[in-house]
Amino acid sequence: MAEMTIRDALNAALREELIRDENVFIMGEEVAEYDGAYKVTRGLWKEFGDKRVVDSPITELGFAALGVGAAMAGLRPVIEFMTFNFSILAADQIINHAAKMLYMSGGQFNVPIVFRGPNGSAFQVSSQHSQALEAFYANFPGLKVVMPSTAADAKGLLKSSIRDNNPVVFLEQETMYGMKSEVPEDEDFLIPLGVADVKREGSDCTIVARSFTVPQALKAAEIIKSEYDVSVEVVDPRTIKPLDIDTITASVKKTNRLVIAEESHSFASVGAEISHQVMENAFDYLDAPIKRISTVEAPMPYARNLEVAALPSVEKIVAAVKEVCYL
Amino acid sequence: MPKLSPTMEEGQISRWLKAEGDEIEANETIAEVDTDKATMEMTSLEAGTLLKIIVPGGENAKLGQTIGILGKKGEDFSALLDEATASNGSKSEPPAVADGSKTEESAPKETPKAETAETGGRSYDEQRPEAKADAKDQKPKTEDQPSNGRMIVSPIAARMAAENGIDLKTLKGSGPGGRIIKRDIEEAMAGGKVEVIEEISASPKSEIQNPKLEGASAYREENTSRMRQVIASRLAESIGPIPTFYLTVEIEMDAALEFRKQINASIPEADKVSVNDIIVKVTAQALTKHAWANASYQDKTIRFYEDADIGVAVAIEDGLITPVIRAANRKGIVEISKEIKEKAVRAREKKLQPEEYTGATFSISNLGMFGIKEFTAIINPPEAGIFAVGAATPTPVVRNGEIVVRQIMNVTMSCDHRVIDGATGAKFLQTFKQMLENPILMLM
Repeated sequence: MAEMTIRDALNAALREELIRDENVFIMGEEVAEYDGAYKVTRGLWKEFGDKRVVDSPITELGFAALGVGAAMAGLRPVIEFMTFNFSILAADQIINHAAKMLYMSGGQFNVPIVFRGPNGSAFQVSSQHSQALEAFYANFPGLKVVMPSTAADAKGLLKSSIRDNNPVVFLEQETMYGMKSEVPEDEDFLIPLGVADVKREGSDCTIVARSFTVPQALKAAEIIKSEYDVSVEVVDPRTIKPLDIDTITASVKKTNRLVIAEESHSFASVGAEISHQVMENAFDYLDAPIKRISTVEAPMPYARNLEVAALPSVEKIVAAVKEVCYL
Repeated sequence: MPKLSPTMEEGQISRWLKAEGDEIEANETIAEVDTDKATMEMTSLEAGTLLKIIVPGGENAKLGQTIGILGKKGEDFSALLDEATASNGSKSEPPAVADGSKTEESAPKETPKAETAETGGRSYDEQRPEAKADAKDQKPKTEDQPSNGRMIVSPIAARMAAENGIDLKTLKGSGPGGRIIKRDIEEAMAGGKVEVIEEISASPKSEIQNPKLEGASAYREENTSRMRQVIASRLAESIGPIPTFYLTVEIEMDAALEFRKQINASIPEADKVSVNDIIVKVTAQALTKHAWANASYQDKTIRFYEDADIGVAVAIEDGLITPVIRAANRKGIVEISKEIKEKAVRAREKKLQPEEYTGATFSISNLGMFGIKEFTAIINPPEAGIFAVGAATPTPVVRNGEIVVRQIMNVTMSCDHRVIDGATGAKFLQTFKQMLENPILMLM
């Protein structure tokens, strides 16, 4: 085990997979010579050269399409979006081509491609650059959607995504790149897609959190424990699609109360989907209406104070837990 | 909600006698309240206008809960209303949107906020700033609406209740809007503070149910009344911590019966005294001679009473109540008799005031009229003793070597051993027996 940042864990995953499989290559804006906008690809161009780590023009639809074509031809592209907000330009390739190809070709073409990059808010990047798009991509059959919240998860899940034969939307979080945690150094360390992780065990209330909200949920759980002696379980699905609803359901059956914390807007969100599935699977176990904490229904403001107010926070999660626990 | 009886923890507004907007005089009766024992009249301490009824008729309120707002006509009481709804329960109810159904008098133009505020709100709402906002901006939240009799139960609570055979109707939810939640079921299972819905009078006769076990008797279940609960808790309190022992004495009642005959011959028919009236008087007389029997264990002290205030157990339709004959030692038998008759009537009508059925120093339970020969009664704390009086029956006894028939009555005294020792009790009973067998001794 080694302690490393999420940034370095992603870098290690990419490097190991570049070494392991010569079909793997990276493409995106400034991923090569500049080491990546957020330095996730640091050192990889130097080590693997022009053919494996490719700087693209500022043409998201174009290089996403190149990636889809390369994947159909047998390569394993890892396409970096400088932020997932820019992936909206490439949405046609991701949704209409990558996601549909296996189905529409009658099973002839797998598209083993990873679209990765930071998702959600950063530091005052305003309305167009702060969006959390997991619900958008998770809505389309044919795409897998992955959202790590720790360095180990980032590494294990990215390696699994690269080895997966289907298109994977791999959503990182800019403000979390510098967060450190223990990561296994084994080059075959994989975390299977579709398996949730109980980040903290508890008995009285479940918080389902992903990516940005996982550290907040863990902090909220600590506060609730120390102030109210109520035991909170934090479940991180890690993969949004396929969703490990069984782990979430088992947790809710144990705790009877559920708070879902997410960085996206609330309308038709992943939290809404989880809420529905829990209702279907564990209705008889609920002691309170499921509570969601999401980013407010408004474009992200630029002003720092308003940005903070718009986003989920530890305080909001604590308040939600108190509400469902009738504290 | 004021404390209208010594054991009262919550009251049900039986009905409001005043409407919103009505002028009220000080000490005027404004509502009738069902307490654990009786229907009480609630009077206003101050004069003013009834601005707002917060707890409507038929609903319960805990002691100290705000049930209404009294003030000057036209006064802005929205802050008081917020405070009341915030503190009355767990979830505050934002006032409902005005829909034109304004109450003309209670809501003059300058106090628009309170115009159509819903009543009975329960709220949990400190962390919801919008609840304090202007009523005009609010939509009532469905979960906060009065439940209109519809039971609100969380799914897990419903499931747990079903699995554990708990009747949800007997529970009162602690969640928002009275929602019954897991915690309420857990408390009910633990025998904890189950708040049972008020069902003193007019509890509907429930359906006869068939038992699961074939051949066993059918049964019907009725909700536990508030009074029955109090009886249970008081008596359990008694038999639990009170070390009780029992002394039985046989009393020859022929002289007392003759005594009664003589009294009744000299007074109007309507005033006729019963054997029990005589027993009450004799008990009181005997108690004045035995301070330790007319006492109460008070943990750090023993309280000895000056007078003998005798509680007389009266069976009423759905329970029992013990009207107290104050200073029975200083009252005549006829006076005692009249008082018992009058209080028994009002007890059956549930009209007794709390001070009329609490605070006895000794009690008497007489089941002689049911043909019960001998039984034991349970002490009503903090009293130290109670008589269980059986029927006087003709019995062959030996007197001067001859078998003769005498009216023999068994009296069993339950004694709180923390105050009364065996010999103390026995001596007291001896006095009691002597007085009944020779009523003239009462004069001594």
